Amino acid sequence: MEDMKEVVREYVVREYVEDDSEVTFDTPLISGGIVDSFSMVSLKRFLENKYKISIPDDKATPEAFDSVNKICILVQEFTKA
Amino acid sequence: MAYTDKTRGMYSDILTGMKDAGLFKQERYIHSAQAADIVVEFPEGAELKKVINICANNYLGLSSHPEVVKAAHAGLDSHGYGMSSVRFICGTQDIHKKLEKMVTEFLGTEDTILFPSCMDANAGVFEAVLTKDDVMISDRLVHASIIDGIRLCSAMHDTFKHSDMGHLEEKLQLHNDKRQKMVITDGVFSMDGDTAKLDQMAELCEKYDAMLFCDESHSSGFIGKTGRGTHEKCGVMGKMDIITTTFGKGLGGASGGCVSGRKELVEMCRQKARPYLFSNTIAPPVVAGVIKVLEILSATTERRDKLEKNTGFWRKGLTEAGLIIKEGDTPIVPVMLFNAKLSQDVSKDLYNEGIYAIGFFFPVVPQGAARIRTQISAGHEIHHLEKALDAFRKVGKKYNILGKTKQEIIEMYGM
Repeated sequence: MEDMKEVVREYVVREYVEDDSEVTFDTPLISGGIVDSFSMVSLKRFLENKYKISIPDDKATPEAFDSVNKICILVQEFTKA
Repeated sequence: MAYTDKTRGMYSDILTGMKDAGLFKQERYIHSAQAADIVVEFPEGAELKKVINICANNYLGLSSHPEVVKAAHAGLDSHGYGMSSVRFICGTQDIHKKLEKMVTEFLGTEDTILFPSCMDANAGVFEAVLTKDDVMISDRLVHASIIDGIRLCSAMHDTFKHSDMGHLEEKLQLHNDKRQKMVITDGVFSMDGDTAKLDQMAELCEKYDAMLFCDESHSSGFIGKTGRGTHEKCGVMGKMDIITTTFGKGLGGASGGCVSGRKELVEMCRQKARPYLFSNTIAPPVVAGVIKVLEILSATTERRDKLEKNTGFWRKGLTEAGLIIKEGDTPIVPVMLFNAKLSQDVSKDLYNEGIYAIGFFFPVVPQGAARIRTQISAGHEIHHLEKALDAFRKVGKKYNILGKTKQEIIEMYGM
């Protein structure tokens, strides 16, 4: 789980952060304005490709994607399935 | 009728909030034809003032060109005022088809379809050619009309960092399983005046079997050696899959736009694009005017050459005056002030000096990136630009920003 968190955090920073803002595992991503709704697509696809899962659109909500911790819980739900 | 006091109050509060936040837009009334010298009433009821316009999209100075005006008059006489019909019922005249053919030749594409505006072209094109099995990958700084068009389309949407070709390639790899991929960019970006790397984008599109879309609204008529646009400048004429552009800027400045590109894609727009199907096309006098514009631009590069010379003079003058401008070679030249209030104050003082230029600030540009966007025209003479430079020097001195770095300006005025 810790490895996954680091992988997701690194992706978020590389993909969305264009200044030196710090992103922790709890930083609000969507509600904090770091990831916009358009850009959630690439995050979803990255997770699906990386962890060989398929996240249904109704599960890929702004709430479920709002922090690295929440994203990892969602991914685990599908990797276990 | 249920427009109650409560409803009225709700909207009044919203508008008041916009005014308090400094986001309320006010029109300035121009009492003359669009040109380098204009007569302006601002604020409403104020005495008329003659000013030099350096914020119009009148890049080639054709908005009030005598030959264009004459051609529009002739078009009005020969083809009437309006069509009272959409294109596919009884709203297509010979001159609409003639203009589509001329635009195709001018841009070096396969076919063209006219739209009431480029806003409409961008609103209709994606939905007409893509489905939920496809993906649109757009530069993060594309024009608002493209964003609206993307929202109307069921295809997946992703973005790449502005002009970052490495990031674009990553996205093309990420979405390689999609039926169709379309890479979407502006040719010249309207707020920064920089140019898309269309040559590199075309290479990537070829490598990953993607289509390439470019909005050339701020480049048609003057970018490239013969003014065909960014694709000419980047050496990729004939490789573009879709170009959208407007006749409301360099190409006469009236109204109207188009989708130009691969013939099947243009035909898809003719069959499916809603702004084309459910709205009248460009009015006959405007069509006649644009035809004349294209004739002028196809006969000589004199106007784009003059614009290039004026742009060089203007960029050099501002830099030598000690102002910070966004680097580039296009006639969109942003003078960076960083602070929103400073941009409004400088704009007001320039107006008092007889120079009409507008300050832009968040949310139109990023926070801390407020600026005066200046736009140069072939309609400007050197004396116009010299007077405008004098005004910038005078106002710049007043605010003590000449020769100062970004950091120094921010320290004085804040972000």
